[in-house]
Amino acid sequence: MSAPATADPPMIRMVGVHKHFGSLHVLRDINLDVARGEVVVVLGPSGSGKSTLCRSINRLEPIDEGRIEIDGTPLPEEGRALARLRADVGMVFQQFNLFAHKTIAENVELAPVRVRRISRPDAHAAAMQLLTRVGISDQADKYPAQLSGGQQQRAAIARALAMRPKVMLFDEPTSALDPEMVQEVLDVMTALAREGMTMLVVTHEMGFARRAAHRVVFMSDGEIVEDSAPDQFFTAPRSERAKDFLGKILTH
Amino acid sequence: MIQLLLDNRDLFITGFLHTILLFVLAGLGALVLGTLLAAMRVSPVPALRLLGTGYVTIFRNTPLTLVFFFFAFAYPRLELVDVSFFTRAVLALAMYTAAFVCEVVRSGINTVDVGQFEASRALGFTFSQTLTTIVVPQAIRSVVPPMTSVLNSLLKNTTIAAGFSVLEAGQITPALSERGAPLLIGMFWIAVGFGILVVPLTATQRALEKRWSVAR
Repeated sequence: MSAPATADPPMIRMVGVHKHFGSLHVLRDINLDVARGEVVVVLGPSGSGKSTLCRSINRLEPIDEGRIEIDGTPLPEEGRALARLRADVGMVFQQFNLFAHKTIAENVELAPVRVRRISRPDAHAAAMQLLTRVGISDQADKYPAQLSGGQQQRAAIARALAMRPKVMLFDEPTSALDPEMVQEVLDVMTALAREGMTMLVVTHEMGFARRAAHRVVFMSDGEIVEDSAPDQFFTAPRSERAKDFLGKILTH
Repeated sequence: MIQLLLDNRDLFITGFLHTILLFVLAGLGALVLGTLLAAMRVSPVPALRLLGTGYVTIFRNTPLTLVFFFFAFAYPRLELVDVSFFTRAVLALAMYTAAFVCEVVRSGINTVDVGQFEASRALGFTFSQTLTTIVVPQAIRSVVPPMTSVLNSLLKNTTIAAGFSVLEAGQITPALSERGAPLLIGMFWIAVGFGILVVPLTATQRALEKRWSVAR
């Protein structure tokens, strides 16, 4: 798959980004552009900084140095401007993080009503449409704890989409799921990618990376080591670290 | 025994009515102020955090009688708004209890998974929206038992107002002794009165716990 033709500016731009956790240097000079409509999969061993990279894009992790822009706008400091920008950036977490005291439908409607000031009936109608799209409209009135992991994650994707985000961030969306539930979530994500959503996906799902990604970014020790097309990355990785990583995960 | 209660029913009725009024007003004040203080203590603004922490440190570590002394004797000298003893008693109780409410609410907030904060922030909720819509409604569920204890203490603490010319249940005993009535029996009825007042508190706790254990 080739990246679609794009107009400036890139949807996500990271320039010279550094981040430390105490003495640990978790992001080292990260430079990354994600174009509008592009699907970028971030791979790498655990502890390589890929989750931190994903979370820094909507400032759930503040960075120490460098610059991050969303659709040409620099990421603001804390406050209302940051909240407004976050509303345009959808995020899906490893642990789903659905609001435990709200039903599935309420989870999806809440932010459109409270943040976007959409009327409750309109928000509800849109929520039901999204829940149908991810295949769980029959679960709308249940609480998150009553759903399977795969259903919860699909609800979380619907919740993020309800804000009509410009870009979606996925932080290991299938890592907490039982194996038989991984596919249903990946199917939703693949459909989303086909529709032209700009996506940055941190994952261990190589099949998804091959099928849906325009680009694969490989991280190790806080650095971006490779940034290439999926075919090239999987068949002819350039760096030793990528070869080593692929050797470990593709042999079994 | 009953005769004492009937003979002095004016005392008992006025006393306990004032106790209930003190409790309800100070309780509401403490819940509102305490929740605000808890919000300050978990807020991202360092100045607010400092203010909240300072308040709790001062009021939690000051004996309640001292707070009452302040409102009874020092407050008039500040020459602010002149208010009745009763209002000052409400203020003293509310401000003192708010420190405890704050800590109970804050511990409740700490039981809410950090992922709930993150999901809320990631959707574009402001800090105050995150607290009021997502975090506090979940925190409240885990604070019902300790909050009931705090309100229980408040109910009993209202008797201190007796020492500062507010006619409430704690004033009944001295008033009875002036009338020459047997004190032990008087105290017995006061204990019964407080026992009855605690019942709705405990019942509310039970009801809330039951309701929230189902809807989750």
